[in-house]
Amino acid sequence: MNSPQSRFDVIVVGGGHAGTEAAAAAARMGARTALVTQRIETIGIMSCNPAIGGLGKGHLVREIDALDGIMGRAADAAGIQFRLLNRRKGPAVRGPRTQADRKLYRQAVQRLLKAQPNLTLIEGEADRLLLDDGRVAGLVLSDGRSFSSPSVVLTTGTFLNGLIHCGEHTEPAGRVGDRPSLGLAAHLKELALPLGRLKTGTPARLDGRTIHWDRLEWQHGDAEPELFSELSTRVAVPQIACGITTTTPEAHEIIRANLHRAPMYSGQIQGRGPRYCPSIEDKVVRFADKTNHQIFLEPEGLDDPTVYPNGISTSLPVDVQQAFIRAMPGLEDVQIIRPGYAIEYDYVDPRALDPTLELRACRGLFLAGQINGTTGYEEAGAQGLLAGINAARLAGGQDGVVVDRTKAYLGVMIDDLVTQGVTEPYRMFTSRSEYRLSLRSDNADERLGPLGEDLGLLSTERRAHFTAKQNALRHAMTVLGERSLTPNEAAAQGIALNQDGRRRTAFEILSYPTVSWGDLRRVWPELGEVPEKIVARVETDAKYAVYLDRQERDIAAFRRDEDLALPESLSFTSISGLSAELSVKLETVRPRTLGQASRVEGITPAALTLLVAHAKAAQRSKTPARSLHEA
Amino acid sequence: MTNINDPDVIFAPASGAGRAAVSIVRVSGSWTRAVLEQVCGAVPPPRRASVRRLRDPADGSELDQALVLWFPGPASFTGEDMAELHCHGGRSVLASVLRVLGQLPGCRPADAGEFTRRALMNGRMTLDQVEGLADLIDAETEAQRRQALRTLEGETGQAVRAWRDAIIQAMALMEAAIDFSDESDVSDRVIADSRAVAQSIRDQIESELAKPQRPERLREGYRVVLAGPPNAGKSTLLNALARREAAIVSPIAGTTRDVIEVHLDLGGVPVILVDTAGLRESADVIEQEGIRRTRASIAESDLVLWLRPPDGDPPSYIEGQVLVVGTKADLGNSDGDLTLSAQSGVGIDQLLALLQQRAEETVGSGAGHIITRERHRAALIETRDCLDRALAGDAEAFAELVAEDLRLAARALGRITGEVGIEDVLDRLFAGFCIGK
Repeated sequence: MNSPQSRFDVIVVGGGHAGTEAAAAAARMGARTALVTQRIETIGIMSCNPAIGGLGKGHLVREIDALDGIMGRAADAAGIQFRLLNRRKGPAVRGPRTQADRKLYRQAVQRLLKAQPNLTLIEGEADRLLLDDGRVAGLVLSDGRSFSSPSVVLTTGTFLNGLIHCGEHTEPAGRVGDRPSLGLAAHLKELALPLGRLKTGTPARLDGRTIHWDRLEWQHGDAEPELFSELSTRVAVPQIACGITTTTPEAHEIIRANLHRAPMYSGQIQGRGPRYCPSIEDKVVRFADKTNHQIFLEPEGLDDPTVYPNGISTSLPVDVQQAFIRAMPGLEDVQIIRPGYAIEYDYVDPRALDPTLELRACRGLFLAGQINGTTGYEEAGAQGLLAGINAARLAGGQDGVVVDRTKAYLGVMIDDLVTQGVTEPYRMFTSRSEYRLSLRSDNADERLGPLGEDLGLLSTERRAHFTAKQNALRHAMTVLGERSLTPNEAAAQGIALNQDGRRRTAFEILSYPTVSWGDLRRVWPELGEVPEKIVARVETDAKYAVYLDRQERDIAAFRRDEDLALPESLSFTSISGLSAELSVKLETVRPRTLGQASRVEGITPAALTLLVAHAKAAQRSKTPARSLHEA
Repeated sequence: MTNINDPDVIFAPASGAGRAAVSIVRVSGSWTRAVLEQVCGAVPPPRRASVRRLRDPADGSELDQALVLWFPGPASFTGEDMAELHCHGGRSVLASVLRVLGQLPGCRPADAGEFTRRALMNGRMTLDQVEGLADLIDAETEAQRRQALRTLEGETGQAVRAWRDAIIQAMALMEAAIDFSDESDVSDRVIADSRAVAQSIRDQIESELAKPQRPERLREGYRVVLAGPPNAGKSTLLNALARREAAIVSPIAGTTRDVIEVHLDLGGVPVILVDTAGLRESADVIEQEGIRRTRASIAESDLVLWLRPPDGDPPSYIEGQVLVVGTKADLGNSDGDLTLSAQSGVGIDQLLALLQQRAEETVGSGAGHIITRERHRAALIETRDCLDRALAGDAEAFAELVAEDLRLAARALGRITGEVGIEDVLDRLFAGFCIGK
């Protein structure tokens, strides 16, 4: 074996959304970091739809931004149609989203990475890990180069044993035009990791110059765009509209007549696809009574004629794709630039991971993104960030960092992954969080800023911005807490409160659904000095106050169970009194805390009692549970 | 009074089923003192049994006169502040005490093994002690599960299952409106649809709660009618069972012309024995009246003990549950489901055991039974309250708050029906809507 050419603290494999966040985060924390990718020019590429954010996903981007990650800033730089979803619903479920210019996005990511100190970009194909006594010691590339490092983050996306399906045609690939990672896949198999197979798909890309745009309806962005990053001040590039068309009964007929040629139905594909992102052939079969489906025609860039038809992902043969697409209004003469396809790939059962995203079976090896069974840029990016943080901390001899379910969607996602595993590609929804009212896109910085500061993740600029906003918020809360009215005084000002004689603070008055900030300003004109962004934040807290108070008790109960760490050495199969089935399940997940154990499927009160007993016995015998830095 | 970081106060009957003069309810948690203040006024001195009147703080009505013990933590079983309420043995008293405790804020029935878990958390128990208890907790869990299953049988069960299904539907519709509002398959109508479903569950739960509950049934007791041909030994048996002269006993047929009730306590379950006139057609006006009453008693009974003397007739015209008892075993009788002799006492204990078993099957048995039913009731009340809040909310402007109340309603209902998880909701959502642009 060649001796390693150079030494890094952290090596990240993969230049997608997980890889870039992982590498940037590790480097921000001061770790000497290398990012290894097949082609540097494809770093930050959007392999599927040209959009960032959405419901749940937009929340994740804000969380990435709160920890000074890349995705929010890159999306703001490349955004060509910003829309705040659920604008008319409450603040907890508003999700920022933008169409992104694919090229501008990639350039923004690459610009941010190249400006990042401590980060080296290496072009090459990862082949296998260097191992030392079961721990990661470095990485070997297929060209023979090798690098030593105590931490490696794998973010291989769909490249592990990737197999593309397009009609009857199949082809090993990581992405169209890119080689799959076969060597690495074989190597991971040697590590005896629990692997599974998933499937995802993408639609054909259309030539916008051959679309009859005049026959289509339009969807415009918001008049007042809501950006992702706290640091962004304005939209960077011109905004565009998307076209809207629909599938037709004729198109459905073409699809139905060719189902036998669809890999999903011919048995050619074994992996599970997501229920919320079905192929058009799936939609036509499962929702047979629907005669049409709405399709958005999203331009991929300002100076790029490529159009992404959102809603017709397919792996039907090329001739069938062309036929059904041309049966849609406005697309009668459309030229296909690149056909759609499905891709099957290997993933690692995420229950083999600690909530730090480190593999239990191979210390020093972290996994993030689609390799963990997730889908989506935002899900990948958020995992990459946490994996990067923990890889850097491991290299620095520090404890792992865990973000819990009450703190962030990031925490919800990772807890779901490592505790429940996946049966389909995992995507974030706001409904997955039981603390949805607390985990908002408008308070991500407050939730995670202090952690970012502790970990040394934040730039000077970010820290200054964060501190200023916190001070403004605290000031506004003080002002509202110091002013008060009796019901009679309020009535005199035209504000109706319960006539109970109780004096209420301005904050309490604002919690009434009928009272607005404008009402308060009429009473106390000095409130006009509070900046608009702060007003929105304070109003949200006030309107949710009753619910947030109620939720606090749940959070306290959650914390109690989360605070009881189970000993790392605990062998679940040797606990007397546990059923065989349950001990196997617990051994698969290896929960780190009593709280996590309580979320393992099929757990019983008796089993939890036994776990408490073992945890307490370990505490008394001073066997330290592996400590985790609780975020 | 209550700190958000403290766990709830939990309570449970600590004495098991059985013939007992006293039922003990254990209470544990950091504001146990406040619970005592509300239910029995002044808190007794630590670890000293003191007589207190237990009252329902809601209306001041007296529940029982009880011995109350106060164990300030950490020197208690759980390590928390604890109390024991030693109530009089009647089941209706126990049921009402449990009901009142369950209505106090932050106070709820203990989950299986929860006292043990708290004791462990507070370092009051060792691993060895707990391993012995695991089986016990499993048994407790199993008993609760079986109890829940039993509740889920029959009409009520069907209704409860339908509610679970409906609440998943209401949540799926609401979550579709929130998480997939940009999908063309999700129309503006889903919020109204969700609301309609929630309203319907809410109304059904309300009418279920308004129905008279089984604790009344328990208060009434298990009715056993002694029947059989004249001079079969009914009154003799009654006296033997009651161990007192409750009915006139005479060797002449037709002596008992009225219906006589004797109340027994079998293993804590109230059993009412009803002695009747001998069933035989009679020209005697008084006796005819007795026979009419007997038939009426049989119609209202849970069980008929048909006493069959040697060479007597088997029952041929009685509907419902019948147990045939061969009497006068000392005279060589061997007919019937069991035989006994009231004179010698042979077979009396077996009969009592059998009666207790039948009574428990019908009216319910064991402290766990009551707590489980109280638990169900509490869960239904909470479900209804959450649904009320959900329905009062502005679902268009604050869908997320309505969704939160629906989630809490599902969580409360889940205590009866089994947990409603987000995967149940998502399954429904993706089956019902074509999601995925």
